[in-house]
Amino acid sequence: MRKLFHTHATEIALLAIIVLIGTVLSFATDRFFSLGNAFDLLNTSSVNIIFAVGLLVVLISGGIDISFAVAASVVQYLAALLLEKIGGGGWVSGLIVAGGLGICLGAINAFLIHRFRIISIVATIATFNIYFGLLMFFTRGVSIYDLPDWLTERVVLFEREAADGSWAEITLPVLIMAVCVATTWALITRTTIGRQLYAFGDNPEGARRFGINVGAMHFIAFGWLGLMAGIGGLVQAHYAQEVVPNALYGRELDVLAAVVLGGARLGGGKGTVLGCVLGVLLVSITQNGLNLMNVSPFAFKMVIGATILAAITVSSVRLEKLLPFMRSPGERA
Amino acid sequence: MTLMKRIGNLIGTEIIGPGLAFVAVILFFGLAAPRFLSSATFGSVAFQLPELGLLTLAMLLPILTGGLNLAITFTANIAGLTVAWVLKSHGGVDASPLVFAVGCFLAIAVGGLSGTVMGLVIAYTRAHPILVSLSMMIFLRGLGEFLTRGGDISGFPSFIQPIGHGSVFGMPIPLLIFIACVLVWHVLLTRLKLGFNIYMIGSNIEAARYSGVNTRKALILVYTLSGAMCAVAGIIMMARFNSVRVGHGESYLLITVLACFLGGVNPFGGFGRVVPVFVALVVLQLLSSGLNLMGANQHLATAVWGILLLGVMIMRWLIAWLTLSNTHKG
Repeated sequence: MRKLFHTHATEIALLAIIVLIGTVLSFATDRFFSLGNAFDLLNTSSVNIIFAVGLLVVLISGGIDISFAVAASVVQYLAALLLEKIGGGGWVSGLIVAGGLGICLGAINAFLIHRFRIISIVATIATFNIYFGLLMFFTRGVSIYDLPDWLTERVVLFEREAADGSWAEITLPVLIMAVCVATTWALITRTTIGRQLYAFGDNPEGARRFGINVGAMHFIAFGWLGLMAGIGGLVQAHYAQEVVPNALYGRELDVLAAVVLGGARLGGGKGTVLGCVLGVLLVSITQNGLNLMNVSPFAFKMVIGATILAAITVSSVRLEKLLPFMRSPGERA
Repeated sequence: MTLMKRIGNLIGTEIIGPGLAFVAVILFFGLAAPRFLSSATFGSVAFQLPELGLLTLAMLLPILTGGLNLAITFTANIAGLTVAWVLKSHGGVDASPLVFAVGCFLAIAVGGLSGTVMGLVIAYTRAHPILVSLSMMIFLRGLGEFLTRGGDISGFPSFIQPIGHGSVFGMPIPLLIFIACVLVWHVLLTRLKLGFNIYMIGSNIEAARYSGVNTRKALILVYTLSGAMCAVAGIIMMARFNSVRVGHGESYLLITVLACFLGGVNPFGGFGRVVPVFVALVVLQLLSSGLNLMGANQHLATAVWGILLLGVMIMRWLIAWLTLSNTHKG
């Protein structure tokens, strides 16, 4: 138990905050604590969670990526055009095309970072501007509404009628999100590559001397994020039923905030899938709660910003300091 | 020789990247677009430079300490709102210059306050500046949208317009304000104790703390000054657009980071000077004006800015690689 507190301090702090907010909301509104609302939360946070687990891998490997959300927009647009060319396609070909394009865009970042030793934040800010500038230049900001039928059709995987007649539904994005979360979890905790990513993020030079292939680490981390960005982009197009070139512009910072809130360290070597999912959920639960409490939508962001700021302050104060009896013997205060 | 050395010391070796880019841009557009080398181009650059430039100055100090301030654009908006609110509540179009002065003072105080809050959280909780400033950015955007309901605020006294559009002795007033701020930052970083501490913190915050630098105080001051500089940018933006809207200049956020890196500032902090960043800003504006003359739009210019940053970084890598292989041979 004590060990659990030490290794998962951020996740426990986040979970406590979520439970606290959840309890308050359950009493403040009658709609919050219901199956329908929980499913709605999952449906709406799917895209952000897919992005978040991808970004987590890059953060663990010691990098940062600003360009992934814009890359997802590029993938959406290219995938929509490509799928139209090959005559429609379906979910399988769609995911392969989007994932493949995403990996290519991620590999560009990895190539710049590895080959020319450009620091990841510099390289990805450059590619952010290049991707977005070129996307807006070539598309002239025109959206695509004419998407294939399979992409715009809602796929309900599980539904149940609640007592008041409303339907609780789980849709396809949630399944895709669950698969992405599970594979990312398996990648970083159950494979040698995952261990190597943590080691590389914690101490790149040490990892290199230890015989870890540094180039492979860059390509795996940014390729994985590219894959997730591509998949996330396709799912977002499915969810919104349109492709708008600047729809995801600015999303990168929201996702980054959620992932770092979930305990991933900027600088590498630290972070868990659970924390990252909890970070995204905290933000969406806050937003969902405000919505149900009929707070003006204009005030949403203000409260969310204040919540994150408070959560950082709370979770950065080390848990051992608040609970001295949890400190393991011999450890410095 | 000594003069050259002194100039070299004053501006540093970081000038090479943006300096070469400056020459390349002038040569390229000078040959490609005959109308490029005209006073009209330089006029448009001079009027567009200050907004991005002041925000870049606000970004520079946190980057030098190894952090970032992602709240700059919305801090500028909130500061602009403060001036607008003071003017609106004291006569609107008929407000006196004194009211405007009070408004500016309050705006700088508000900008500084948002910076102080960030500085306090960063200095005392050791949370990463990206996260802290990001949540401050989300908060300020929300606050601004809440107060304005997403709309514009306009209808200011006419004496404000010259601050955005006027000229004194042929020099645009916003440019003069910007150059004054550049000088203040240059003096701060090269002559004052705080400047020295900023570089020390950026190089190694623990070592700085053990050497007796009050790192907390320095960090709080850095973010406060950054917020105050955002407020200056907000006032200039208000005068230029003659209105305040939350979201004005939002796209500048990552461009300011790009400008700092282009100006040779180390992304991990500790190294970087004001003058090369200034040159980098001029290069960016010249590029977008030149591309405009050739019929391209701002989006293409944004992409070219990104390519330019990559080009400068790859060139740096090449130089380092060549010098390394030379020393190995010798």
